[in-house]
Amino acid sequence: MNVFMANPESKTSSPLLMPGEATSTCWSCGTMRAVHFCSACGKVQPPMPVDYFTFFGMPRKLNLDTALLEQEFYQLSRKLHPDLYARTQLQEQEWSLEQSSLLNDAYRTLKDPIRRTEYLLRLEGVELEEQSKRATDRARMTGEVKEQVVPPDLLEEVFELNMQLEELQMNQKTGEDDAGLIAELQQKKTEFEKKQDTLAEELKGYWNEWDRAFDSGMEEDRRKVRDKMVDLLNRRNYIRNLVRDVNEVLEN
Amino acid sequence: MPSERIVGIDLGTTNSLLAFMEGDRPVVIPGEDGLNLVPSVVALDERGQIVVGNAARKYLIETPERAVYSIKRLMGRGVEDIGEELRLFPFRLAEDLQPGEVLRIKLGDKTFTPPEISAFILRQLKRNAERFFDAPVTKAVITVPAYFNDAQRQATKDAGRIAGLEVLRLVNEPTAASLAYGLDRKQNGIVAVYDFGGGTFDISILKLHDGIFEVIATNGDTHLGGDDIDNLLITIALDDIEGDLGLNVRRNGEAVQSIRKAVIDAKIALSSQPSAKLDIELPQGKRYQREITREQFEQLIQPIIDRTVGPCKQALKDAGLKPEQIDEVVLVGGSTRIPKVRALVEEMFRRQAHTDLNPDEVVALGAAVQAHILAGGSEATENMLLLDVTPLSLGIEVAGGVTDKIILRNSTIPASATQYYTTQVDGQANVAIHVLQGERELAKDCRSLARFDLRGVPPMPAGMPRIEVKFLIDANGILQVTAREQRSGKEAEIQVQPSYGLTDDQVENMILDSFDYAEEDFRQRQVIEARNEAETILAALEKGKQSPAWGQITNDERKQITKLEAALKAVNSEDDYQAIRKAIDVLNQATMHLAELMMDTAVSTALKGKSMDQADMGEGPAVGHPVGKAEFE
Repeated sequence: MNVFMANPESKTSSPLLMPGEATSTCWSCGTMRAVHFCSACGKVQPPMPVDYFTFFGMPRKLNLDTALLEQEFYQLSRKLHPDLYARTQLQEQEWSLEQSSLLNDAYRTLKDPIRRTEYLLRLEGVELEEQSKRATDRARMTGEVKEQVVPPDLLEEVFELNMQLEELQMNQKTGEDDAGLIAELQQKKTEFEKKQDTLAEELKGYWNEWDRAFDSGMEEDRRKVRDKMVDLLNRRNYIRNLVRDVNEVLEN
Repeated sequence: MPSERIVGIDLGTTNSLLAFMEGDRPVVIPGEDGLNLVPSVVALDERGQIVVGNAARKYLIETPERAVYSIKRLMGRGVEDIGEELRLFPFRLAEDLQPGEVLRIKLGDKTFTPPEISAFILRQLKRNAERFFDAPVTKAVITVPAYFNDAQRQATKDAGRIAGLEVLRLVNEPTAASLAYGLDRKQNGIVAVYDFGGGTFDISILKLHDGIFEVIATNGDTHLGGDDIDNLLITIALDDIEGDLGLNVRRNGEAVQSIRKAVIDAKIALSSQPSAKLDIELPQGKRYQREITREQFEQLIQPIIDRTVGPCKQALKDAGLKPEQIDEVVLVGGSTRIPKVRALVEEMFRRQAHTDLNPDEVVALGAAVQAHILAGGSEATENMLLLDVTPLSLGIEVAGGVTDKIILRNSTIPASATQYYTTQVDGQANVAIHVLQGERELAKDCRSLARFDLRGVPPMPAGMPRIEVKFLIDANGILQVTAREQRSGKEAEIQVQPSYGLTDDQVENMILDSFDYAEEDFRQRQVIEARNEAETILAALEKGKQSPAWGQITNDERKQITKLEAALKAVNSEDDYQAIRKAIDVLNQATMHLAELMMDTAVSTALKGKSMDQADMGEGPAVGHPVGKAEFE
């Protein structure tokens, strides 16, 4: 039987819900359990299928008190980390390993403004397109239809950048050294990185809108701000991947 | 419980150390020779026995083909990526090495893999611990460079297993050092640990918060250390010798090792003196003499120590910090004794660095602290918790030979990522996944960790199966992979082909093989057993002297027994198990009559209607003959 190299089916790098069975009682003492450990006997529990916000007991809002999140993270680490289970039975060790990896994954996602927003959008059922030359190439190879969103204000710049990248690659092949071109590309890279930061700031403006819509429960408002954030993140991802393309060529 | 004793081990490129938490302080456990540092040198002597540490060092000079050092450089690496090592170190690869096979190094007429050689060092440390505690030691925390990749970590864990140690945790060296420092100063702030050792360089930036040691970023170079300085000086000396004396000794292992020893001594001297002299005797009655000033030395090593700057800058960038935001800098590793290195660090971080703890010992001390925490801890380690990170991104190869990163570097571990896979043709039963580690965009530029074959996917049309593959980096920084076909709920079987490692079966075989070299372990066990037996017979004899039978034997017999008793007590404090056994045997013979009389007394007492208990004959081996065992042998 042949073994085929497989592509990931989707870009989803983490499942929306944490894995695990939805048990409601503690395996050890039988009383009602909490997400991480039993409130009665304190024993670590097998992971429950909950999202990252629920894992931390927080509402699905984007303005988030990161100091509080950190405090909560430290507190849960003190109870879930595998170091604390070195002397327990194997099953508890495994649960502690799973729970603390989920804790770390959740904390990493929620503390970062971009990752937090992307995660929330995915919870809302939006799959962000991977906006890059590579993703397009890949889609072409596998015969998928893919929408390429080049931000209109960037069209000209991207065209020029791609020309320069090709030129540099040619130079690399012939062994020619063009310090001027390299410096120019490095300059462009810095500009794109700045643009990314600006967009991240802009994104925070939408957070308030989202949180208000979340509180009011207005479906229409939610949808509107969601679409705005998707648009912004697609643009930002596009720029991020441009930076990656430049890095790749400069690395060689 | 003595068997629950967990020791901390710093398995270093140049030296290895063992430490243990005594009360609320970690202490280094010295070797048989009374020295704390066990040189990471392994030799195979003429009798085919393994020699480790200071005892092995003489083989480096006398019979270099029977000895190996700096084996850590080869841990978890393949034959295709050790070109530089082979050029600079006298590693002798097995001639019959196959591509893709784990490296095997020749030692005399035998060959060993790097984990086996490391296991010899660990076994020596284990013995040192057992001598210290006079009890078996089976559990350990072992430190690794923070920038070690998965294969290097796995190889270290394998080495532990081969040595008969359960490795409860691999701890990153700079993080361990911070634990040792943190024990004294329980304060909050940002700490940078600059760890420049014999063969590896690490920089870690940590945030200390009420006992939590959270690593924010780490970087390094697993092939950069004092070794590189030594090799540079050796190269210069070899060139000089050829140029000035017309002598090419590059292929003369003995001469190269003499030069190596001399340049290391000079390097060490230059940390405290303005100049050092090289004076080396060479073949054909020639002699190499040269003086080297500190200034010359500093110029020579500048390019090497400059290589530590890049990783430091990257770590700061990853941590999102400026040098001014670092509250404390800690120096670890022997190479930080070089004044020029200290100056470089202080310039980079713009503050004075801490060197309060011995840079050679601080990692082992920290390992002991972590071992103590795992054992349950005490007041001294209360609230202390280490949150470390994975030093390198984990990715998988996707179409076009591109790396798709799924866990980014500096993610707190344990960390996980889930990917979904499907099939490309109808009825496809197997799916291959190529796992990579590294920061580069292309798969070929990253480190290949393993190829996983998912087997037994239930037959379905192409694209139908949904195979969930979960990648989990555990608290040791080692990857675990599990897979499940979601539509059928069937666990897919995963076949792992580690790119640069031993399979489980190979490790099992090595554990068996290692018993061949375990003569020393055997000897030590024999000593412990013989001593136990001696204690038993001495205790029984003590009882015999209280019994009426003692008065029934002759004066000569009593004298003889007393003499032999003293002789046994004398040899019992020594390490010669054969002498102890012999003393037991003669005492056994001499007490035969006494034992018979005691037995008679017991029997007649019993016949008089008293139970054996009341005859007060004691219990266990004391009944009848002081040492019953000898009679049945």
